[in-house]
Amino acid sequence: MQLARVVGTCVATRKTAGLLGERLLLIQPLDFDLKDKGRIAVAADVVSAAPQEIVWFVRSREAANSLQDPFNPVDCAIVGILDELEMLHEGRMRRIYPGAKS
Amino acid sequence: MRVARVVGTVVGSVKHPQMHGRRLLVLQPLPLGELSGGEPLIAVDVTGVGVGEEVLFVDDGAAARTILGSAGPVRSVVVGVVDETKLEGPEGS
Repeated sequence: MQLARVVGTCVATRKTAGLLGERLLLIQPLDFDLKDKGRIAVAADVVSAAPQEIVWFVRSREAANSLQDPFNPVDCAIVGILDELEMLHEGRMRRIYPGAKS
Repeated sequence: MRVARVVGTVVGSVKHPQMHGRRLLVLQPLPLGELSGGEPLIAVDVTGVGVGEEVLFVDDGAAARTILGSAGPVRSVVVGVVDETKLEGPEGS
């Protein structure tokens, strides 16, 4: 699983049956310093993430398993909303998110 | 299975039910041999391992479902703590 920021929504009225009723969001993948990394992707959202929220997501076949019916064509899914991220930095834990000012 | 170092922790209360009550760790896969370990990732912990420790993890959904005992999207799970890894080449190492 990797981190991403929710940067938009994607609406598709006509879609394959397995995607009906699913919320699709645009996510910008992030590294563990919360800097942009790689290209924006469309992801199914099972946690009701909000715009600009930092989330974690999964790719590949496991993404489809996040929906109620695992037989669907999803290959990228948001599966958690980040509350706190701490990383080891020079032997000490450093809080990356939420930052010091929030 | 692969070897990694625990380099961070992730906390979030809204998440897929397969992760409810589970710790989430940031792992940096370690190089074994000449190839780099690759990109860091978030994994579920079932061992109670600490930050800084070297661990063994699986990166496959079927293995993860077997360990967690439930269906869901998790594919990376920490399954052990590494005491030692030793590469032994033809000339010894």
